Amino acid sequence: MTAAPSASEEPLLRVRGLKVHFPIKRGVLFDRTVGHVQAVDGVDLSIARGSTYGLVGESGCGKSTLGRAILRLEEPTAGEVIFDGTDVASLKGEPLRSMRRRMQMVFQDPLGSLDPRQNVESLLSEPLRAHGLGGGTKGIAEKIRGLLDAVGLPSAALRRYPHEFSGGQRQRIGIARAIALEPDLLIADEPVSALDVSVQAQVLNLLEELQERLGLTYLVIAHDLAVVRHISDVVGVMYLGSLVEQAPADDLYEQPLHPYTRALMSAVPVPDPVVEESRERILLAGDLPSPANPPSGCRFHTRCPWRQETRCDDEVPVLRELAPGRLVSCHWAEEIRDGVLQPKSAEEVAALMGVSVRATGAGPIETDALVQGVDEPVERR
Amino acid sequence: MTSVLGAPVLEVDDLSVTFQRKGEKPTRAVDGVSFSVAPGETVGLVGESGCGKSVTSLAIMGLLPSRGVKVGGSVRLEGQELIGAGSRKLRSLRGAHMAMVFQDPLSSLNPTVQIGTQVTEVLLEHRDMSKAEAAAEAVALLDRVGIPDPRRRLKEYPHQLSGGMRQRALIAMALACSPRLLIADEPTTALDVTIQAQILELLKELVVDTGTALVMITHDLGVVAGLCDRVHVMYSGKIIETADRHELFAQPRQPYTGGLLASVPRLDAGRGTPITPIRGSARDAIPWAEGCAFAPRCDNAQDDCLTEVSGSVVPLEPDGPGRELRCRHPLQYPTAPSGATALGAAR
Ligand SMILES: Nc1ncnc2c1ncn2[C@@H]1O[C@H](COP(=O)(O)OP(=O)(O)OP(=O)(O)O)[C@@H](O)[C@H]1O
Ligand SMILES: Nc1ncnc2c1ncn2[C@@H]1O[C@H](COP(=O)(O)OP(=O)(O)OP(=O)(O)O)[C@@H](O)[C@H]1O
Ligand code: SF4
Ligand code: SF4
Ligand SMILES: [Mg+2]
Ligand SMILES: [Mg+2]
Repeated sequence: MTAAPSASEEPLLRVRGLKVHFPIKRGVLFDRTVGHVQAVDGVDLSIARGSTYGLVGESGCGKSTLGRAILRLEEPTAGEVIFDGTDVASLKGEPLRSMRRRMQMVFQDPLGSLDPRQNVESLLSEPLRAHGLGGGTKGIAEKIRGLLDAVGLPSAALRRYPHEFSGGQRQRIGIARAIALEPDLLIADEPVSALDVSVQAQVLNLLEELQERLGLTYLVIAHDLAVVRHISDVVGVMYLGSLVEQAPADDLYEQPLHPYTRALMSAVPVPDPVVEESRERILLAGDLPSPANPPSGCRFHTRCPWRQETRCDDEVPVLRELAPGRLVSCHWAEEIRDGVLQPKSAEEVAALMGVSVRATGAGPIETDALVQGVDEPVERR
Repeated sequence: MTSVLGAPVLEVDDLSVTFQRKGEKPTRAVDGVSFSVAPGETVGLVGESGCGKSVTSLAIMGLLPSRGVKVGGSVRLEGQELIGAGSRKLRSLRGAHMAMVFQDPLSSLNPTVQIGTQVTEVLLEHRDMSKAEAAAEAVALLDRVGIPDPRRRLKEYPHQLSGGMRQRALIAMALACSPRLLIADEPTTALDVTIQAQILELLKELVVDTGTALVMITHDLGVVAGLCDRVHVMYSGKIIETADRHELFAQPRQPYTGGLLASVPRLDAGRGTPITPIRGSARDAIPWAEGCAFAPRCDNAQDDCLTEVSGSVVPLEPDGPGRELRCRHPLQYPTAPSGATALGAAR
């Protein structure tokens, strides 16, 4: 689909050592910071021009926060975001505004992100006017018609309001609005997860078609691994604020290297009974630990079926290149890949970690409550 | 239907549910739905948002509001008619003989009552037990569904449990009285995939161990493929296709089923493998009385799909052994099962 850009070319987006920590406040009279939610904790990634980077991981692992920090909708605690060669943090005023125009966002819930009192015409013309684009009333009208056409909506849609459309149509409006300013980068946060499957396919195809026509670069955030595989050139897997693996999409799915990626992949149901019957599922012990109090060493060690006596509990693994384009942060990646190390069952892991069989234990209750004080652990619907 | 597995636990016959609000025109959410479930069998109800899955399950459980709703047809649980049964009778059947697990465990648990109290309440109401016995049984139930350290968890409140654990707690409550029928309405939709895998595994085990009849409601075709013996596909309030899961996925006959299968990206399909959406959305459905509700979106549609032309509403008819189909121009396959994939054949 998308031509793989040559490696020598400067990537459109480069993120280095990005951290976003949210303070956990407590206290009746004085806000006292009692800890931090390490939502994003040192992420490096780069996205080649014209390509799609897919970001996956379980609820609360920091995907949306990472996306928001790239757009500076969230102030990073540390690290840098370099867009088209410029450090975004160094920008102020007009240059920041124009940079923002070049990066747009598509949200999960199209209804929540569109002003219900504005009709489609005004929703689409507003960003154009705000940035002084489109060239006058006549130019704007023409431009809007082009946008509607591009996302497959009839021009009769102009006079209608968001609630008059189906979910899929609303997402088309959201996409039209995002591409109105001719951005280079589109960050789509769960763009299809609120849609019925038949409609989801329409929107995925539309995103691909627009990418080809307009040369867009995408960062697609989604919890659905099949969707991400379908649309991405490169996939990054996040766990508790960090990237644990990154690889070209097909490689990642054919041979996942990180134990978490393996478990995640094996858990996704495939709509084919024959495949389902023959698949081996790696069941994980327990739930995601609290990002306010992540495990020491490898953050995955409390659930990892391959965890070893040495290194895993006390040494943080770095993201390293195992093969060209294949990054993984696991001390034992080679041994696991070559079958030298064998996984333990979920029961064995649970027993080792001192919880009872088939555990689903979240972290200790105190930290759980801490996080809840700030933000209910987000559940997917 | 499937007499091989013994007399059905649940028989739903021509079930209809119509919502009628003052000053609004009535909406028929469920329209002549019939199916049955045998002991130890898992039956799937699938379809897109708004097709009537949840309303069907609420009608079976007798949980629809009593005002502004008209329920017709018959629902028999182990031979006993539930439609029109008194609320006291339904209450005693719920919990003891049939139970339901919902998508959102938090809203089905009382936030101000300890988990332990909520579980023992079910036991005390439906089973002849002393308080001490109920407390011991509650520990056993939580342990059974894989909740670690059950004694501690019983003292906690719902918000102190993770989403996966709350769903387990609800399943534990549903199992408290070894119900013959369990209805699970999108039980894993709110959960992460690794937790979903744990819960699905648990449900599978339970069906095998207890012989409970399970009705699994989901929009996820992957979940259906891994869990259900038989599948009913719904569209706009009606069942449009019924088949054994292997046949359904290998050779869907209804264009809507075929369209659904062609729309989902598969984890095991390479980058760039095309997906083929169904055009339009469920909002385009026409009333069944006027013709096939799927006609406005269907590539196979012809004039006789409209009632005006054919003179009758498209019926659900037998379509080979164990299959039923509501369609005038179904998808065709070369001959007998040929290994043709659903994706290829649906084009
Ligand atoms: N404004 C905030 N203040 C405090 N904590 C926050 C804030 N926003 C997010 N968090 C926390 O940061 C962590 C990461 O959240 P984020 O929304 O980025 O996760 P996600 O991967 O997008 O999850 P989901 O798949 O559920 O959308 C979570 O623990 C969340 O509770
Ligand atoms: N209390 C109600 N009053 C009026 N209409 C209702 C009511 N409950 C449901 N409906 C309508 O009945 C139809 C079927 O709804 P139902 O909840 O069964 O869908 P569903 O298949 O479970 O969808 P989803 O996948 O979104 O859960 C919908 O059109 C819905 O709007
Ligand atoms: S470093 Fe150890 S605990 Fe972490 S993923 Fe690798 S084997 Fe598992
Ligand atoms: S009855 Fe007609 S419109 Fe309906 S699914 Fe079959 S071919 Fe399509
Ligand atoms: Mg998110
Ligand atoms: Mg429902």
